[in-house]
This record gives sequence, C-alpha cells and structure tokens, in this order.
Amino acid sequence: MTTVFDDPGDQAVSDVPVRRIKFTVNGAKKIAEVEPRLLLSHLIRRGIGLTGTHMGCDTTNCGACTVLVDGQAVKSCTMLAVQADGHEISTVEGLATASELHPLQEGFSEEHGLQCGFCTPGMMMAAKALLDRNPDPTEDEVRWALSGNLCRCTGYQNIVKSVLWAAEKLRSSAG
Amino acid sequence: MYPSRFRYEAPRSLDAAIGLLQAGGDEAKVLAGGQSLVPLMKLRFASPELVVDINNLPGLGYHRADPDGTLRIGALCRHADLEHSALLQGTQPTMTAAAPLIADPIVRNRGTLVGSLCHADPQGDWASVVLALGGSVVAQGPRGRRVIRVADFITGPFQNVLEPDEIAVEAVIPRPQGTRAGGYLKLERRVGDFATVGVAVAIETTGENVARAGIALTGVGGSTIEAVAAAGALVGRPLTAEAIEQAAGLAADAARPKTDHRGSAEYKRHMVRTFVTRILSRADAAAERAA
Repeated sequence: MTTVFDDPGDQAVSDVPVRRIKFTVNGAKKIAEVEPRLLLSHLIRRGIGLTGTHMGCDTTNCGACTVLVDGQAVKSCTMLAVQADGHEISTVEGLATASELHPLQEGFSEEHGLQCGFCTPGMMMAAKALLDRNPDPTEDEVRWALSGNLCRCTGYQNIVKSVLWAAEKLRSSAG
Repeated sequence: MYPSRFRYEAPRSLDAAIGLLQAGGDEAKVLAGGQSLVPLMKLRFASPELVVDINNLPGLGYHRADPDGTLRIGALCRHADLEHSALLQGTQPTMTAAAPLIADPIVRNRGTLVGSLCHADPQGDWASVVLALGGSVVAQGPRGRRVIRVADFITGPFQNVLEPDEIAVEAVIPRPQGTRAGGYLKLERRVGDFATVGVAVAIETTGENVARAGIALTGVGGSTIEAVAAAGALVGRPLTAEAIEQAAGLAADAARPKTDHRGSAEYKRHMVRTFVTRILSRADAAAERAA
C-alpha cells in the first residue's frame, strides 16, 4: 500500500520517523507505515480511503469522526494512528453486508434520521456502541449516549427515533 | 490539523517508560487517554519532541478498594470505567455524581482521571472532586515512588509538581472517617462544554457530627479552588440548615469568578452558593432516610 500525506513541515525526509503498524479495519487485516503525528481519522480517510468517517470540527467536539476501537466509540481525530497498532477498527462502511443494510442504517432511512447527513456516520457508530452493550435502551439513554455527537441540522428527534427503531429491529431479529 | 513532528515510543514496562522520560528530559510528554494532550498538540499549544504512550503498560487500568476502604485508581482507568463502576456505587457519592458529567460519553471512553489531575485544567472536574475528598497522586520515577496530596500536586493552571522523569501511576482516595456523603454539580451550556461552575462536596459523618468535610470549586478562578473555610464551618457539628447556609456563603466568598461568555461573575458566585446548599441539603436528607 502506498500512502501520500501532506508535508506541512520542512524536515528532511530521512529525519521523519515512520512506524509500521498492524491493525484490522472492518475485519480486514492491514499493515501501514505511518508518521506518529498522523491522526487515526487521516489514516482511515486518506490512507485506507474509507471516507465514510467524516472530519467535522477536528477539535474533539462534534463526534462526526467517531469510529469503534475494539468495540468502543472513539473520536478518531483525537487518537494517533500509531495507537491503532494491534487493535480492531470499525467504521460506518463495516455496518452493511453486501446484500443488507444494518438495522441502524434502515432505522435512519425509515425514521428520516438525517438531513444533510454529515453527522450520520458518527451518530451510527456511537449508536452501535450503545446497542452492543444495551440492546434495549430508553429514549433518555439514547440521548445520553449520543450527547457527544452534534447534528448542526438539529435533527436530534428523528436520530433518537432511528436508534430506537434499530434497537427494536435488532431485538426482534435476535429473539 | 497535524501536531508538529515528534518521536513516539510505546514501552511495555513502567521502568522502560521512566527510562525514556529520563532520556527525553523536558521535551518528553506522557500520553495516556490523550483527550487533552492530542488536541493541545494539534493546536500547537504543546509540541513535545518525544511522546511516551503508556497505553501498553500492563496493570494500570484498575480501580479497586483496599480492605480498609482506601480507593486506588490506576493511570489507565478511564472516566467510563468509573461512570459504570459497581464498586463506587454507594461508597463514593461525589465521584459517581461527577463521572457522567466529564466531557461527553465518547471522550469518557479514552480520558483518564489521573491524566485529568496531571493536566490541571482549572475547568477540569476531577481535580475538584479529588481535592474535596482529600486525595493524593502517586508518582513513580527513577528515585522511587512518592505520594503527593492533590492540594500540593496542582500548583496552578496546567501546572503540577511532577519531575520530567516521573509518571503519575495512581490516584488515591483515603478511606472515610464514618459515613461518606456529598455530590458534584456542574452547570454547563451543553454536554462536553467546560463547566460554567462546578462544585464538589464530600463530607464524612460519625454519629451526629461531621468529622471531615471538603469543598472544591471548578471554573470560578485561575485554578481549582479548595474552599477551606467553607469546609471547616461544617466540621465538628451536625449538618444543620444553619451550618449549610454558613458553608455555602463561605464557598461563594472563596470563588474568584470572572465575567465571560459563560456568565457574569455575580451569577457564577451565586451558583456556587446554590450548588453547595443543594448538595448538602440532599446529603442531609439522605442521612435522615438512612437513620
């Protein structure tokens, strides 16, 4: 894999420290050579080309860049790519199978859980982390779990409905 | 945004981490949860030459109670671990009140209590909580371990007494003298914003009387404020309405708020008084129900 990143500095190429890391993305094993200052969000978007993970505020506020690291929701703009070494990353692209949408994706479609769609991948990944540990959340628990994700269309009502729709679908298909 | 260039090491043992810090001197930084350090590096407020990532050190993710009730929190114990802890329920009311109010749920998955104490942000919630509880930080370096009271550990905004080659490995909350009560209240404009006002109260009651009290304030001064006189007004007597009113007034006097976009100084001072009263009135009611 060849990756090309911006070079905002004036350091000689030989002085740039590079580390080789092994990790998985949506189940696929990857090896990458990264500069330690590369952020996980940049590795995912530019290095691997999975652009479903969005960069919003770039300051740990908005949650658009949320991915799962070993099943836990993390703001990928606030973790170094080298820290992914040995870990499992899940992004929004890993939700659907080749033939079927994930219930969360169906829920966002059924309940009109998006307007511009920019916050949607982060919302879905934060919601997935919630439903993985709590399959039957109350509306209040959904709101708390998504309180680190901002929707600037302010479409929160339908986002909460979408997650509750998905929770019910997941429960009925599991039962 | 990219941080400026740095060397990165992720040692597998504490001794190796301390060795790296010794070699790195003033230009090395310890990375734990990274929820403050990484944003600071991206904004270029911090540009360390060496980052020592301690996330691969074994055995630091714990929080546990000693047989005597002393609580120990390892350097890699995340805010979320404390938020969902069964151990803290019923024994640490100030901590269980504060944990769900730290930053936002996603940040809480990474950030650590010990890291928050080291960062010493005047707007940081944990410093007030641990200060009110009379807690300490355990630092380990090439010269061994030392235990530092949080009151002495934080010397100002974003400043602590760690030597460049020391790592804060643990926070310690002493066992209570009697029954512990208290709480943490935080006024914030929205989830994830820094506190407009935060108030931590911890009291320990033996029989009728309050044996120990701690009150600390977040976001209403240049650094975390320990309201010593306010806490002192509670000790050695029952938790009466009069004692509560006196402590609330003294806590408001101890605040050094500034008018800014989050509110006027007058408003913030008033909220300190309100929060102290509210937490102590609830503690009083809870004690009555228990009795």
